[in-house]
Amino acid sequence: MKPAPFSYARARSLPEALAMLGADAQSLPLAGGQSLAPMLNLRMTICESLVDIGAIAELLVASETNDHVTIGAAVTHAMIEDGSVPDPAHGMMRRAAQKIAYRAIRCHGTIGGSVAMADPAADWPCILLALDAIALVAGASGERRVPLDRLLVGTYETSLQQGEIIRAFEIPKLPPDARATTCKINRKTGAFADSIVTAVHNGQKSRVVLGAAGPRARILENASMSMAKNINGAALDQAISTDIAGMLPEDDAYLKHLHATNVKRAINEVMTP
Amino acid sequence: MTMVNLTINDKKVTCDIEDRTNLADFLRDTCNLTATHLGCEHGACGACGVLVDGTLTRSCLKFAVQCDARHVTTLEGLDQDAVMNALREGFHHEHGLQCGFCTPGMLMAARDLLLRHPNPDEQDIREALAGNLCRCTGYAGIVRAVARASKRLSDSKIKSGG
Repeated sequence: MKPAPFSYARARSLPEALAMLGADAQSLPLAGGQSLAPMLNLRMTICESLVDIGAIAELLVASETNDHVTIGAAVTHAMIEDGSVPDPAHGMMRRAAQKIAYRAIRCHGTIGGSVAMADPAADWPCILLALDAIALVAGASGERRVPLDRLLVGTYETSLQQGEIIRAFEIPKLPPDARATTCKINRKTGAFADSIVTAVHNGQKSRVVLGAAGPRARILENASMSMAKNINGAALDQAISTDIAGMLPEDDAYLKHLHATNVKRAINEVMTP
Repeated sequence: MTMVNLTINDKKVTCDIEDRTNLADFLRDTCNLTATHLGCEHGACGACGVLVDGTLTRSCLKFAVQCDARHVTTLEGLDQDAVMNALREGFHHEHGLQCGFCTPGMLMAARDLLLRHPNPDEQDIREALAGNLCRCTGYAGIVRAVARASKRLSDSKIKSGG
């Protein structure tokens, strides 16, 4: 299908983009467009004006300090896959990026766009939540720092206000002894996840996050606590089941089993030396 | 309507187009470059693969206005490309096409793979082509065609000492 008519304008800088988005309440920011363009083509989303933010230099930078990495929102999955930006998670982000959709999509789809779109099964919301990332959100009145847990709200829903865009993500570097993995189950290579789990374990702190179960990715609190205490076996299984049951909107034996299997796989990967 | 200036297969093109026109329709309907095929129009089938500034792109997911001031390369623009010629030979020899609808996209995705990964194994080829659908289901021949092209290119590199 073809999209309904809209007007298009390319922003050259962040202030220009914010001014353009602020001036028109019906406008939407367009970054890589790899989710938005299909939704426009299928007329699942209607938009009167698109503001292209994909070529803004300020959104394409990446930098690192001793304790964190900052990745611009318009950095593509392919740039992360190719190691063109620093990886705060010992290569886990790079490995995860390789498994997002297909190369043609990865060359254009952006990390900021993926989070702002907030598809419940998307990769970056799950991964960045597990890594304790903070979104640096630019708006007309300046910039605010929003932890991922407060940015993600529901299915295709974030706490971003009209006229705001994500400028970058600030991601703490994992300590040298930390282990991290992302495990994804999808029935076709490149398809959205049926289940996606990111697990991080570094002795003092453990965290496991599940996506594609319910409206948004969430920290599995009981399972994370069990990991931190090195609890395994039946007690860990019970913790995982409790967390998953709390996330799924309905009692579905297949989904419970699918997610539990994936969570155990991820925990096993980071807990096994 | 917006006026765009872009370069397509090394030729400058200036045109007034509707903002919602996708790049694939612009290439086919306005530029008469019909090697680029439109299958699903939502990024799932891969038949519309082109290069924008050398980067593999689904032209159903780019609006032509986004390509203002950029260089677009379609399959027609790769007649003299060594990797593409090796792939063409491979597809011919290994029966890599039946109806041919998916072939342009398969060729573009396979060329991108071979440029990034000179010696892919079967698993690499299958993963790289996972986003390109062949409704004839002729995948076995396609995978063999890409493997053959890869071998031919590495053999010719050894022979030329490169």
